[in-house]
Amino acid sequence: MTIDETPRGSASGGESQRMDRSRTTARDLERYAGLFARRTQGMKSSAMRDLMAITARPEVISLAGGLPDTSTFPAEDLAALMARVAAEASARALQYGPTDGMDELKRCIVQVMAEEGMDVAEDDLLVTTGGQQVIDLVCKTLIDPGDVIVAEGPTYPGAVPTFGAYQADVVQIEMDSDGMRVDLLEATLDQLERDGRTPKFIYTVPTFQNPAGVTMALERRRRLVRLAAQREVLVLEDNPYGLLRYEGDPLPPLYALDGGEYVIYLGTFSKILSPGLRLGWTAAPRPVLEKFNLGKQGADLCSSTFAQHFVIEYFAQRDWRKLLGALSELYHRRRDTMLDALDEHFPREAEWTRPRGGLFIWATLPDYIDTTDLLARALREHVAFVPGRAAFLDGRGGSAMRLNFSGVGDEDLREGVARIGRVVNEQVRLYSTLTRRDLGVSQAPADTADGPTAASGTGMPDAGRPAIGTPDAGRPSTVVTDTRAPHDVVAEQSPVQGARIVPLRRRAR
Amino acid sequence: MTRVAVLAGGQSLERQVSLRSGARVRDALERLGHEPIPIDVGPDLVDRLTETRPDVAFVAMHGRDGEDGTVQEILELVGVPYTASGPSACIRCMDKVLAKHTLRDAGLPTPDFYAFSQTAFESLGAARALPAIEERLDFPVVVKPAAQGSALGIRFAPTAADVPAAIVAAFSYDTKVMLERHVAGRELAISVLDGPDGPETLPIVEAIPRGSDHYDFEARYEIGRTDFVCPASLDDNTARTAQNLALATYGVLGCYGFARIDLILDSSSGEVTVLEANAIPGLTETSLLPQAAEAGGISFEAFVERVLDLALARTPA
Repeated sequence: MTIDETPRGSASGGESQRMDRSRTTARDLERYAGLFARRTQGMKSSAMRDLMAITARPEVISLAGGLPDTSTFPAEDLAALMARVAAEASARALQYGPTDGMDELKRCIVQVMAEEGMDVAEDDLLVTTGGQQVIDLVCKTLIDPGDVIVAEGPTYPGAVPTFGAYQADVVQIEMDSDGMRVDLLEATLDQLERDGRTPKFIYTVPTFQNPAGVTMALERRRRLVRLAAQREVLVLEDNPYGLLRYEGDPLPPLYALDGGEYVIYLGTFSKILSPGLRLGWTAAPRPVLEKFNLGKQGADLCSSTFAQHFVIEYFAQRDWRKLLGALSELYHRRRDTMLDALDEHFPREAEWTRPRGGLFIWATLPDYIDTTDLLARALREHVAFVPGRAAFLDGRGGSAMRLNFSGVGDEDLREGVARIGRVVNEQVRLYSTLTRRDLGVSQAPADTADGPTAASGTGMPDAGRPAIGTPDAGRPSTVVTDTRAPHDVVAEQSPVQGARIVPLRRRAR
Repeated sequence: MTRVAVLAGGQSLERQVSLRSGARVRDALERLGHEPIPIDVGPDLVDRLTETRPDVAFVAMHGRDGEDGTVQEILELVGVPYTASGPSACIRCMDKVLAKHTLRDAGLPTPDFYAFSQTAFESLGAARALPAIEERLDFPVVVKPAAQGSALGIRFAPTAADVPAAIVAAFSYDTKVMLERHVAGRELAISVLDGPDGPETLPIVEAIPRGSDHYDFEARYEIGRTDFVCPASLDDNTARTAQNLALATYGVLGCYGFARIDLILDSSSGEVTVLEANAIPGLTETSLLPQAAEAGGISFEAFVERVLDLALARTPA
């Protein structure tokens, strides 16, 4: 289960069952441990994961998921279409299907890709079990232990365990408000070349990135595609959210710019229809696609034919663009709700991205706040988010968090952000007390709003400014912050006590 | 055949660990021919206990509610005998500050420490005392939430500049935090198990972290990131001192049934001091107490059986 798939609702039932199933003893475990493949060492369970399990409790407002709002799908419609599949195609729908997917479904996929200006042949497509399987197949096909994958920093948290399982070395490239810094990518590729290492592929979510919410600028897209061709490196373009645009003009996907030479495209029905279908796809150069096909045969023979029939039926009987329009409208409103709530409840020191589509906002807090610890505090207030560290493989992201605005209603969004804001402000105040600095807290203790915050920027540094992971990250672009080291603060007016305080100079060690 | 309610899960941050402990206890009970009644502890706990009327409850919970005396009070109230320590010992063990005060009052060695509530910092200007504390404890200082198991929220502060963020992190887990003198040395865990002749110590486990992540929550639960050696390789004198100290700690804190005492052997002075006591230590496949029991010739089933007998033998408070 990836973080993005953390289910909502009653957790207790499922976990009781898990209790029922376990049949392991200490000696057994030691015996199994000796049999585990080396690659399992890259498959880590984590404290964060244990914390995330608690977010599934019904009383928790979870802004941690990556979940579309499936309540938008009319139940009668679902029933009618399902019944039709059962009545008219049950023999086929219950049978194995071709590994690469059903032709009728591929015709639906061609439509979806054309919507974003991509021209793809059905033969270039492979239907997969969710977009996640594409990431797995790409790794399975391309990655030997120790091979390099270049990814964005932060990257999709669900890709992290996959990269780990294939024992890849992941190099993460900083991002700013225009997406991946392709200049840094080029420098990294140069460096890797000097070290005698060629990355197998560059993994990117260029549009409404998960988790950062930012979109790669057109010029960077062109440059990335050029670089890939020059260096003969593949690019995995993960594009689950491209059609969920709430403002601005669409940008061409990398696949369209490159013409399918070096770009492997990943698409999914999860965000435009339903994640429960577990249907995604990839478009890739034929020789690569053939290996994917063999890899998929070994993994699951074929994706659910029943689900494929359902999508085919849906596309035949309904207007998929209409549902997409309704979803976009709903998420657009929720994004605005979350942005307003962030303005109201988060401290001045925080900053966050303003996505023009997709499902996520990436917020960066002052660097003395650790969002993994903060999650423990937030859970006591029954609210959850994804700590930023989940999106890095190198320990960065400690002060960031991913917030999802698609999965819960407006009221819960406002309340959820307000609760997180309260605990963040509590920690800002506490740190201020501990260091005798006046830090920007958005509310006075009595919760009186202190006017609009200055953190109206993108949360990602503007193009040309220092990016996430650099020493200046986390500093608001529009707020002057006292950057003196906490204990070097010389006498200053303390607004809390209204008195002059003595210099706090501690011995250096 | 005994009908045993296995209490696990709950709402604490250690829920997942607790579910693993509970699952293991359940399996052992089945193998012993008892009837386990699994209860994922939630708002219906009292109802479930009243409905199912178990003969005894095995408390396989860690952290808040399960290990801090809350569930024990409820079990006392409902009149169901239960495993391990009673409410007062649980409260003393769960609150590391209270535990250390109790130890110090009894003359048992524990590293120097200072504890503060959030209020002390917010309203009483305790921050002004930090430099003096740091002076006395010397760096690195260990910052811990008073009541949180599994090393969650524990930070090393190598310099004064690192202390405020470490304190903020610790306050994420509790409203009281402790600054403790860091002792560089070998980490020892001694499990104590009650028996017919009173409490006895199980073979000593030494936790040897690989790399530098001494107080890393994840490392504690991951095979391959910490090596556990049992029995620890210690000279007889040191081993005896550590065992006696563990037994004394167990007694002073008022533990019953079983508990795990974590100690540290100072590499430079050779002194053994007590870090904390766990009223309900982990019982998972990778946990220390079951490993120690196994090393001492006590299978997990035998451990469970003995603990149940002790629960049934205890006169209700």
